[in-house]
Amino acid sequence: MTSTGDRTTKTTPEANEMERWASLIGGGAMVLTGLSQRSLKGVLTALAGGGLVYQGLTKQSTIQQAQEALGINKPIKVEKTVTINKPADELYRYWHNFEQLPTFMKHLQSVKVYDAKRSHWIAKAPLANNVEWDAEILEDRENEFISWASVEGADIDNSGFVRFKKAPGERGTEVKVVLEYNIPGGGISAALAKLFGEEPEQQIGDDLRRFKMLMEAGEIATTEGQPTGKR
Amino acid sequence: MKAVCWQGANEVRVESVPDPTILNPRDAIIKITSTAICGSDLHIYGGYIPTVQKGDIIGHEFMGEVVEVGREVNNLKIGVDAKRLLPGDRVVVPSTIGCGNCAYCQRDMWSLCDNSNPNSWLEEKLFGNVTSAIYGYSHLLGGYAGAQAEYIRVPFADVGVVKVPSDIPDEKLLFISDAIPTGYMGAELCDIQPGDTVAVWGSGAVGLFAMISAYMMGAEKVIAIDRFPERLEMAKKYAKAEVINYEEVNAGEALKEMTGGRGPDACIDAVGLEAHGVGLEDFYDQTKQKLKLESDRPHVLREMMVACRKGGTLAIMGVYGGFVDKIPLGAAFNKGLTFRMGQMHGQKYMHLLLQQILDGKLDPSFVVTHQLPLAEAAHGYHIFQQKKDNCVKVVLKP
Ligand SMILES: [Zn+2]
Ligand SMILES: [Zn+2]
Repeated sequence: MTSTGDRTTKTTPEANEMERWASLIGGGAMVLTGLSQRSLKGVLTALAGGGLVYQGLTKQSTIQQAQEALGINKPIKVEKTVTINKPADELYRYWHNFEQLPTFMKHLQSVKVYDAKRSHWIAKAPLANNVEWDAEILEDRENEFISWASVEGADIDNSGFVRFKKAPGERGTEVKVVLEYNIPGGGISAALAKLFGEEPEQQIGDDLRRFKMLMEAGEIATTEGQPTGKR
Repeated sequence: MKAVCWQGANEVRVESVPDPTILNPRDAIIKITSTAICGSDLHIYGGYIPTVQKGDIIGHEFMGEVVEVGREVNNLKIGVDAKRLLPGDRVVVPSTIGCGNCAYCQRDMWSLCDNSNPNSWLEEKLFGNVTSAIYGYSHLLGGYAGAQAEYIRVPFADVGVVKVPSDIPDEKLLFISDAIPTGYMGAELCDIQPGDTVAVWGSGAVGLFAMISAYMMGAEKVIAIDRFPERLEMAKKYAKAEVINYEEVNAGEALKEMTGGRGPDACIDAVGLEAHGVGLEDFYDQTKQKLKLESDRPHVLREMMVACRKGGTLAIMGVYGGFVDKIPLGAAFNKGLTFRMGQMHGQKYMHLLLQQILDGKLDPSFVVTHQLPLAEAAHGYHIFQQKKDNCVKVVLKP
């Protein structure tokens, strides 16, 4: 059998990149470092826009896009996956009801759904005013994938997706969340620290853990309010 | 209520604390009738378990009476007469907390539960994954208030208790909470074949139950290794073990002699991270542990790896918490040893072990050497740690 070298050399590097993106978001693993110079929102928008408009996804234009839209600050990206012992449709259904997200996402105060596309989000920011934004669903594949992005005028520009993928064997569903935050005018880390504490990655991981507990055990394990001796 | 609160290395105090309340729908509140000091509580007492905080209520081996149940505790899944759990029911509670719904609980690996530890991020960072919470056993393992108290909150009570009959004394039932399933699992992990010789390091409660269990599973000979004559006497008397006092003879050489030069077919560690050795090696471990260059003293592990026969199995039931030094991996590799270990899966074994007791095949009450009121917990810890007054097992009565 001959090698598949032919096929790969015929494709342009840009298209390769795109194929990688499409498959990454659709199914495979994603390494965030690979995302470091690109805008997640741009990629999600392009994917949602129905065709893989490869022009819009070339490295060059994405960087320009990101710079124009977001200023020169490097966005903060968080990626976390957890396996939940439940079928994808059940998890997708709970998640898709955005108004339920604050039950396990501790930094959220409330989510108000306007219509099938639009919703309003309020996040708690300790020692500061709450952070608010309107979000729009970019792409919604039933039981598989939801992506969203904040619209113009957000306090913190953000975008992200959640993917539900059947785990191998009888291991339930792999739930992956990727989020990206941009704050115009600098001070990203300070603002994010207010939102998520010092480690956004850990906070998102905790949110996912709580989602898993709620879905599997019907409750979120806690020790808050239990007795203790003098500290 | 009164509860035993950890104060710092080698100090516990009985304090007045608020009563526990139902915090989650699957919780129950248990009035404790008996609670034991486990050998692994001594690691906390001695200050060797990280993330234990001043004021923490400790203890994880207990039984009692249900006084209150949450609204979702309606479908008791294990135990005698499994049905609704009600106030007044008498129960024994396994020390590890399992949710019953995650992939691990459903595969009967309850101590690996995904959902019972609210501090999972901490453990994930240290160990790479989260394991089940354990009552009163550090914030790393969940931070739940422990059992050496008058009352305790039991999460996931619908899968986390075993109902027991009212006409059998506590001393016969208490140890299916922790010590018996731990010993039993140690023997089970050894995959014992008829005719096997099993060596057990440590003749405390867990070690003794591991020996008894090894015979239940078909072992022909059991060898107990310890340094306290009264414990070795118990191993002889209650577990039909041949014994080695490692302070009198070289345990490795003695094991070879007692097994026709082969070495034991399986070895069980019922000691854990505060193992004592002899000579230079023991000095090395003690010093490194005191200087915090090593968290655990792996003396028993090393000795097992060298003593075990080729192709044999090591079962580790004594608790380890962190990093160990100078492990003879060459011996383990070249001899093709199998390592099996872990916190016990209480909910998997309790029903079976309760049946053994009900059938009169097992009476574990022989391990109790001291019964004290809860108020005398500090004395109990002291004599257990110092092995004074022939202390093997202390039961506290709230
Ligand atoms: Zn124990
Ligand atoms: Zn579980």
